[in-house]
Order: sequence, then C-alpha cells, then structure tokens
Amino acid sequence: MIHDPSTLAVIVFLTFVLFTLALSFYLGRKTRSAAGYYTAGGGVPWFVNGVAFAGDYLSAASFLGICGMISVYGYDGFLYSIGYLGGWVVALLVIAEPLKRLGKYTFADALDKAFNSRGIKLAAAISTLVVSVFYLIPQMVGAGVLIRPLLGFPHWAGVCIVGAVVTLIVATAGMASTTWVQFIKGGLLVLFAAGLTVLILQRGFKADASAESLLPQTVTIQPDGTKLVNGLPQGRGEGETDLRPVGHISKLPGGQSETGPLNPVEFLGALRDSEVVLWTAKTTTADDGTKTTTYTPKPTAGADVLRPGNSPTFKGIQGDSLPAKLNFVSLMLALFCGTASLPHILIRYYTVKDAAAARKSTVVGIATIGGFYILTLFLGLGAMTGGMLDVTNSNMAAPLLAKSFGTWPFALISAVAFTTVLGTVSGLIVAASGAIVHDLLGGTLKMTLTDGAKVRIGKFASIGVGLIAVVLGIVFEKMNVNFLVGWAFSVAASANLPALVMLLFWKRTTATGIIASIVVGMLTSLAWILLSGDTFKDVYGLPAEQSPVPFSQPGIVTIPLSFAVLVLVSLVSGRTWRSGPA
Amino acid sequence: MPSHHIAVAEEPRDPGTEQRNARVGLRLFWVYLAFYLGFVSVNAFAPSVMDTVLAGGLNVAVVSGFALILGAAILALVYAYLCRKPHGAAR
Repeated sequence: MIHDPSTLAVIVFLTFVLFTLALSFYLGRKTRSAAGYYTAGGGVPWFVNGVAFAGDYLSAASFLGICGMISVYGYDGFLYSIGYLGGWVVALLVIAEPLKRLGKYTFADALDKAFNSRGIKLAAAISTLVVSVFYLIPQMVGAGVLIRPLLGFPHWAGVCIVGAVVTLIVATAGMASTTWVQFIKGGLLVLFAAGLTVLILQRGFKADASAESLLPQTVTIQPDGTKLVNGLPQGRGEGETDLRPVGHISKLPGGQSETGPLNPVEFLGALRDSEVVLWTAKTTTADDGTKTTTYTPKPTAGADVLRPGNSPTFKGIQGDSLPAKLNFVSLMLALFCGTASLPHILIRYYTVKDAAAARKSTVVGIATIGGFYILTLFLGLGAMTGGMLDVTNSNMAAPLLAKSFGTWPFALISAVAFTTVLGTVSGLIVAASGAIVHDLLGGTLKMTLTDGAKVRIGKFASIGVGLIAVVLGIVFEKMNVNFLVGWAFSVAASANLPALVMLLFWKRTTATGIIASIVVGMLTSLAWILLSGDTFKDVYGLPAEQSPVPFSQPGIVTIPLSFAVLVLVSLVSGRTWRSGPA
Repeated sequence: MPSHHIAVAEEPRDPGTEQRNARVGLRLFWVYLAFYLGFVSVNAFAPSVMDTVLAGGLNVAVVSGFALILGAAILALVYAYLCRKPHGAAR
C-alpha cells in the first residue's frame, strides 16, 4: 500500500525524537565513568527502573509484532503476550536478587564471580553478542515498518534513521540516558495503548457486507522489477491503482449493522458471535520469473479467531501431528525461559542499588508489562476489524489502527512506538558493548584499560553493533517481528538460563560445566533455527519439507540439553563450588 | 582506574534472609509453573477445551490467558510482601 506522510505526524514524531536526543545529550554530560556509562552508576530509583524494564521489554515485537499477529490470526498472537509475561515470573522469583548480588556490569560477572575464568567471560560475551544481534533484527525491522506510513520513506530509510539516532544516544550517555528514555517511553506506551483501547471499545463494531470488500487482490512483480496491483501499475494517477485497506466484520450477531460502544467483555463476546474477514496470501512464480501474490478474503467465524491454532505457527495444535504440538510447546517454553536470559534485561538489575530494589523494580515491571499485554488483545482485534490493515504487512497493524482514529492518535502512537524501538535498540547496544569491553577485552584478553578508555571503546563498539543491526534490519524486512523475537528467546534461553540457574542452585557446578552449557546451548539452538522448516521457507526460499529437523522451535530440545551438558561436564570435571547459592 | 574491575559498593549480606527469600520465590515459582504448564498442555493436547464458553460469552482461551497475566502480577505482589530485607539494610 502507498502510505502518505502527514505534516502533523511528522512534527509530533520529530518532537519526540529531538526530545529523546536532548535528554541523552543532557544526561551524557554527567556520564564520565565506566560504571556511569554501563550501569548508570547503580543509582536509578527502583520505580523508574521498573517502568524502564517495561520500556526495554515492550519492544517492536510486543507492540508491532503481537498486535500484527492478532490482527491477522487472532488469539495466536495473544499466546506470545502470555509467554512473554510468564518469563518475568522466572526473572523475579528465581533470578533477580541473586543476580544483583553477584554481578556488577554484565551477567558474565555473575557467572564468573566464583571462578574468575577467562573461558566463562568469553562464552558469556559471545552469547550476549549473538542474542543481542538476534534481538536487534526485529527492532530494526520494526523501525522500518513505522517510518513507512509516518514519513513515507522506504523501509531501508527507517532502519538507517534508527541506526543513526540510536548510535547518537548510546554514544553520548550510555545506560543513564537509555534508562530515562525507557522510563518515559514505557510509561507513555502503556498510557497511549490504554487510550487506544478505550477508542476501540467506544467505536464498537460495524459490519461491511459490500461485494467489493470480498474481492481478492493481487500484487505482481515482473522480471524487470515493475510492480502491478490488480493488473495495473501501483500509484495514485490515472490508469494506476493501489491495494485496498482491509480488515472488517462481515456479519454481526442478530443481523445488526453496528454495535455502538461496548465494554471489554461485550467486545469479546460480540466478536465471538460475529463473522470476520481474514486474508490468506499465496505466491506463485511463472516460468518467466513473474511473481504473483494473491490475497484472498476468508470469512471466518469469530469463535475461531478467539481460539488457538489459526496461524501457520500454531495451526498444528488443532491437528494430530505430534511434532506440530511439540513445536508449540517448544516456543512457549522458550518464551517462559527467555526473558530471564536476555542481556539487556539482565544488565538493568545493575542499575539499582541493591537486591531489594532489583526485586521491587521487577514487580513494577511485571505490573506495567502485564497491563500492556492485556491491552494487546483489544488492540490486535481492533486492528483486525478497523478497516485499515495493509494486506502486505502485518507489522503495520498497530500504527494503522491508530490512523483509523485520526491523525493525532496516529502521530502520537507512531512517535511513541518509534521511541520504543530507539530505547530497546539502545539497551541492546549498551549490553553488547558492555560484553565487548568488560567481558572480552577486560575479562578474556586481560587488557588493562582506564575508565575513559572503556567508555571510548564502548562507544566505538556501539557504532559497530549498530551498523550490523542496520544491515540485518534491511535484509529481514518481510518477516514478522514477533517471529524473529521468538528466535532470540530460544537462543537466550538455551545458552544463558541453564548456566544462571545451575550456578545459583547446584553447588557442584563448575566453570567448565558453565562454559560447555553456554556453548552447546547457543550452538545447538542456532543450528536448529538455521536448519528449521521456517528458515528454509522464509529465508532460503526452499520447501519447508526439506528441513532435517522435525519442528522449527528448538527450545524443548536445546534448553534441557544445555542443562544436561552442564550437569554432565560439571560432574566429570569435578571442581566443586562450595560457597553456596547467592 | 586501571583495573578492568570497578569497585561497586557491596550491600550488606544476610545469608539467612537471602535463603528465606529464595525459598519463598521458588515456592511461588513452582505454583506459577504448574499453571503455565497446564495452560500450554491444554492448548497443545486438548485445544477443543479452549473453545468452551464460560460466563459472559468469553471462552476458556481468553479467560485463562487473562488469568495467567493477572496471576503473574498478583504473585509478584505476594512475593514482594513476603520478602524480607537483610538485617542491617536500610529500610
């Protein structure tokens, strides 16, 4: 679809970005030491840190990806909300306090506290970098998604803008500015999402039974790169056409034409008894290389939309295939175990003063994040039925939903969502840069660095990581950001969680066991993802059936494997750690 | 500071309180894990249960999803209430 920029939206957007940058420069002037740069000096108030947790966590995946997935498939997207929040229970009840007591800058500190092992520092640093880069990809894809309807720029331009702005933020102030940006943006995101939900409920549902709304649409890419929409060149001029916005209800209960305002329970109940038009996409390639994607409307009972198993990712759970069911269990396990293993979440425990503050900030984080995730169901279903969806890109559902209520909601939501991406990318880049400077250079190579050198090198490392993220964000443009985040969770949960948990709760854990667990967890989960059917289909363009692994999500195999390797290697290597759990 | 380690003020340690808090956390964790695994298992192996309509026209899928999210927040508050600070720490 062609998206026209609006002046108001651009002004609001630029105001948000300039405010964010100004805050970064202001806080950057106060940051001189490495402790200030990487952990904000441990002086962040617990409430601010808790809301900043929400800012870190409610990334492009949560806002764009989940809303997009719910808008296209219904309840399946909400399963991600449930899994993501469940992960915070692990973070609070198992990890938060001991991690805070053990570490200083990075989670490698905690793993290494009892051993002082170069191997642990190296393995943890590499794992941090891999997970951070995996998590950066969907954020950058999300940035490109937001820029298109907002400024009318192509995807790559959005990715480059985020890359440039974030590099400026991180290179100026590090964790201090990242924390305050996350606090402001996390709070605003939840407030605006609540406002948008109120607007959705006030609008209720309207039925659209017109014949035109059920016509298929096609996008054809000819061998010379020309794009045709429904057989005509794409554009607004004479003899040109564009894709129709989609997403509506075809039948309301009792033959009503509209419901009027609804409360949350009535909203879900009315949708359940309605018929919704979902869209399927099928791409064919002709002998001359012409590629045609046909989007076909599929009237679907509302009851089906509100149950699991509607999306390609989860449809197997409605059948009898055991691998398909294990794929679902595997993803839900990775979401549950992944949160407490994400480097940019773990480093936030070092920005508060003590373990009690770490605990309290996690409680605030859970309350804020949980509130938002409940709203995602209404936002996604509102987008599904709001008549503004771009049939070619599910990631744009949330900003386009806001656009259906006018330019102001669109401008505010897009600006906050863009700041969301900025904040999350900043946190990830600080985590990656900390791993490079503190764990790789200081811990593994034993380089003696002054405080100033650590900060300078960290800033250069940030620029390097930012450039990698920009390139990957352009390459992975078409993939649902939520799906990509699922991969990051799988790698994080397989590589990091077993080492953290066993270190805290099993006294016979050894340095060799930790290293083996991280390496095996990381490599096996990465290998599984690269060999999975989803990667074959979506990345390599090969038939999914050629994949050698039985299902796409690795967690159910690689997380227990990583635990088992740690136990086995620790028993064999024999060096015990007797100082007890933290 | 030339070393790669930065001195960060250590908080007062109280192993007794730390272990008590850890035990409370683990007990609550097992409770939540049981509910989460139950939810995932029913979705995977008995998905038709999720279609069952409860009060107000909401099905089990929606109600149990909301319950898991709200349950996590309630559990977090319970944990915060039950936890103690180490002896000697500022209140």
